[in-house]
Amino acid sequence: MKKVRLVDATLRDGMHAVSHQLSPEDMYEIAKGLNDAGVDTIEVGHGDGLAGSTVQYGFAKASDEEYLKAVVSAVTDTKVSVLLIPGIGTKKDLKKAADIGIKVVRVATHCTEADTAEQHIKYAKELGLEAIGFLMMSHMISKDEILEQAKLFESYGADAVYVTDSSGAMLPDEVTEKISHVVKNISVPVGFHSHNNLGLAVGNSLAAFEAGASYIDGTAKGMGAGAGNTQTEVLAAVFNKAEVETGIDLYKIMDVAEDIIGPKLVRPQIIDKPALTIGWAGVYGSFLLFAKREAKKYGLDPREVLIGVSELKAVGGQEDLIIEVAYNLAKEKGLL
Amino acid sequence: MSKMNAAIIGPGNIGSDLMLKILSRGDRINLVLMSGIDLTSEGLVRAKELGIDISDKGVEAVLERNDIDLVFDCTSAYVHKVNGPKLKERGIVAIDLTPAALGPYCVPAVNMDDVIDEDNLNLITCGGQATIPIVAAINKVADVEYAEIIATVGSKSIGPGTRQNIDEFTVTTRNALIQVGGADDARAINIINPAEPPILMRNTIYCLVKDNDIEKIKKSVDQMVENIKSYVPGYTLKVPPIIDGNKVTTMIEVEGEGQFLPKYAGNLDIITAAALGMAERIAENRK
Repeated sequence: MKKVRLVDATLRDGMHAVSHQLSPEDMYEIAKGLNDAGVDTIEVGHGDGLAGSTVQYGFAKASDEEYLKAVVSAVTDTKVSVLLIPGIGTKKDLKKAADIGIKVVRVATHCTEADTAEQHIKYAKELGLEAIGFLMMSHMISKDEILEQAKLFESYGADAVYVTDSSGAMLPDEVTEKISHVVKNISVPVGFHSHNNLGLAVGNSLAAFEAGASYIDGTAKGMGAGAGNTQTEVLAAVFNKAEVETGIDLYKIMDVAEDIIGPKLVRPQIIDKPALTIGWAGVYGSFLLFAKREAKKYGLDPREVLIGVSELKAVGGQEDLIIEVAYNLAKEKGLL
Repeated sequence: MSKMNAAIIGPGNIGSDLMLKILSRGDRINLVLMSGIDLTSEGLVRAKELGIDISDKGVEAVLERNDIDLVFDCTSAYVHKVNGPKLKERGIVAIDLTPAALGPYCVPAVNMDDVIDEDNLNLITCGGQATIPIVAAINKVADVEYAEIIATVGSKSIGPGTRQNIDEFTVTTRNALIQVGGADDARAINIINPAEPPILMRNTIYCLVKDNDIEKIKKSVDQMVENIKSYVPGYTLKVPPIIDGNKVTTMIEVEGEGQFLPKYAGNLDIITAAALGMAERIAENRK
């Protein structure tokens, strides 16, 4: 039977959906549920990864250390991962996480900037961690450019490389084309991470698997940035029907999603107008709540703010550009 | 007017840009040597064409001579850690454009007078040069409890050295926001944007303040911007301080002078401009 490694990022990407306000107790409860449901790997922390708790991205309810300790103590078989975005998190932050007991780090860069991750990938290997490269906003560049960056990660010693659709902007054919090109030309496993802004997250994930991706990301209940992520429980069911082994107990993962996570959501995880705009225009998913906040401040439509940011070719992490675009729009319209 | 004889070690983008700035407007700095590791490198060839002595022996070329008073180190943090003590031993002033930070941090618009007699001065980072003055200006009138800066630079304006040492960038900038900017605590974030045509360097400065009198803050920031413009002509206030409770958000942009480096590389330009500004003041102080 074919196998896939499902990585559940509810406790990291899901934090975007609640403005990083899950408590360590919430995380403990969810992590235990995911562990018992047989999830292979879970990613934990602020939505923007290690040291992401800032004015720019929103302060989290607790520290990285508190979250990681809670989650590490909750799992028995599931591996715990963190996200590290060079320029935000540092090697020192990674060392602290490793000391607490994480096993995996995904080092995430914009899809053209893998060379900023060299020191972190190498350091992760020194620490004995599994080190995965994570190419964000992969919809913005061609398959050859993605491959070039994936090869950089491979050359630094990464154990796997992800093609990440941070905006949920890819169509299935594009996923197939990009994933198969990378799979054919590098020797480490390839992963795919998707968002649901165009309603394609599960379909795209299946396309990625068929094109050779062996790691697929999801979040329970789809909790995540923008319209949310690929729903882990739906992935588990789909892979089960496709006779692909995930190691996940389908009923248990459904229970985690609906009974544990459901009540913790503060807004429905749906494709509303701004979320759809994010997918259609290819804007970084976590800009959603920031665009809504800034638009509300001046009485603007969040969509015009998102389109403005898109025209400036913003990359992940540029939440401050949303403030500037909204300010300039308000100024132009005499709303200040 | 008496001049100080200077050398540049490291003929890359930063060193080459600095060379042109010194040649075009260095009143008290006389550039006599450009030293690197490869005589055929673009930077050394260019320096030779401009009539400056060149060498491939790095810091040793400086130590072999007896006529150099001041060195601009444009190598890397790793190399400056070796060069710094050697220059100090010989009584040569070092202006450090790497994140090595052996000597005190210096931002010309903020703390020049406090550090002018030091023999090793560190220029922090481009993001630090661009944002620390704003934090200092706000701190002066509003008492900054926490400063956070986001430095976004065009992909083409950031070289392999910075890319491989991005942690050093964020850590050094953070430390200087506290030590020179006067914030009680701080963070620095670096973002690289590959858009074409390349974006200008843009910086967002968030300050959490104790005293939120916005008029005082705006006035202090305006004065500081004028001060910085005297040595970084392309420095502009993009979004003036916006207050939201105790949070002050300010945005600035830096356009390079477009002399050696393209105009979008304002992040490199600001650090070479600061280096020359400091060297001029040191020379003036010594006469």
